[in-house]
Amino acid sequence: MNSPTVPAPRLTIDALGRKCPIPIIMLAERIREVPVGELVAVLADDPAARTDVPAWCTLKSQEFVIATDLDHGWAFLVRRSY
Amino acid sequence: MAYFDAASSEPLHPAAREALLAALDNGWADPVRLHREGRRAALLLDAARERVAALIGCRADEVSFTASGTQAVQLAVLGMAGARPGEPRRDGPAHLVASAVEHSSVLSAAAWLEARGAELTLTGVDAGGRVLVSDFAAALRPASPAGPAPTRLACLQAANPETGVVQPVAAVAAACSQAGVPLLVDAAAAMGREPVPPGWSLLTASAHKWGGPAGVGVLAVRKRTRWRSPLPADEREGRRVPGYPDVPAVLAAAAALDAMTAERQTGSEPLRSLTDELRREVPRLVPDTVVHGHPHPRLAHIVTFSCLYVDGEALVSALDAAGFSVSSGSACALETGRPSHVLAAMGALTHGNVRVSLPRGTTAEPVRQFLAVLPGIVAGLRDIVRPASPGLRVERLAA
Repeated sequence: MNSPTVPAPRLTIDALGRKCPIPIIMLAERIREVPVGELVAVLADDPAARTDVPAWCTLKSQEFVIATDLDHGWAFLVRRSY
Repeated sequence: MAYFDAASSEPLHPAAREALLAALDNGWADPVRLHREGRRAALLLDAARERVAALIGCRADEVSFTASGTQAVQLAVLGMAGARPGEPRRDGPAHLVASAVEHSSVLSAAAWLEARGAELTLTGVDAGGRVLVSDFAAALRPASPAGPAPTRLACLQAANPETGVVQPVAAVAAACSQAGVPLLVDAAAAMGREPVPPGWSLLTASAHKWGGPAGVGVLAVRKRTRWRSPLPADEREGRRVPGYPDVPAVLAAAAALDAMTAERQTGSEPLRSLTDELRREVPRLVPDTVVHGHPHPRLAHIVTFSCLYVDGEALVSALDAAGFSVSSGSACALETGRPSHVLAAMGALTHGNVRVSLPRGTTAEPVRQFLAVLPGIVAGLRDIVRPASPGLRVERLAA
């Protein structure tokens, strides 16, 4: 997240402690709060999110940017494509 | 009411029930004893061994019966790495190759060896769940005096039990043969349903997956395979498997395999047309649903799909309440709390997952009923998980 190559997200969704599919629902409900081309970060610690955030991006033609490790869980960066 | 979980366990085949009842009367004695009752049990056991060997394409003395498919896999894997605990092979450490979508029994046996000094390479699949032959072949290490630890065993399933995808065993077997690496084919999902290509050194299977009774696995080891039992010596089953065999259950397993193999064409075509219908209709009737796995080649009886924004455990429970018994690879529906490693390896959506696997003789009626109730069940669950915005349509959500 703090890597210089990864820009800051416009919106951070805290889904820590939430089980799938809740993190994906939160992402789907809120991604349109940012302008097209901007980034959303989803923080999650359910192992299913590691597969499901990229899989959701593929299904919904959004751009999955990167996953980074947190002390507990992961941060997933998604760019709103449309 | 419909049981749609044949990939977990196929209901007992009538031929198995008949053989089991007869064998309980005739095959109860100890088959290694020399008396009349023992000789009778031994004759029955050998006849079952010959039938199974003929069906999988090897010699009868290469086939042993185990207490489960998992035991067969553990013996196969550990016996190739040469590892009794604390007793490494004299010719150095082992390297193992397995696809990332192998059954958990294969992966946990390999991980067990890895924790004891072996190297493990897991190779990937494409998005449709088929093993990438070039990646698998590239992971194989032929023996070379100066090189790294050679590959002692490669493991590939004949077909995947979650997606039904039939794996390219013949191509992988050719690559293994060229590299001089023995191949273990886990045929648990495919036995009795699809022919298993030749070229394997070890083959494992499990009778309750083909309509035999639980408690019978198959371990076949081809001649000249450098396998040895990882367990203390025992006189049973060609010294490959410890413990007294359940002769009546083995006979029933052989009868079921015989019957399933004989019915392969007539039995699987109706199931394939029903799973084709499910693959086509589920995404049409239920918005935001994806079917996983290549449509061809695949086992006739299995179809797996995931519904976006749905809790897999809740979906299985709701379908159960509606009279449909299915399984799920979603994390919440599994004891591990982790999603299916198969779906994860495919990069497929893991939540809201359902595997439908049709038992022998399934008719169109319960499948049509399933298709009739599924859209309402999924829509209901999608509303439940968003109590703040009831009625919010998923189409609007994800537009």
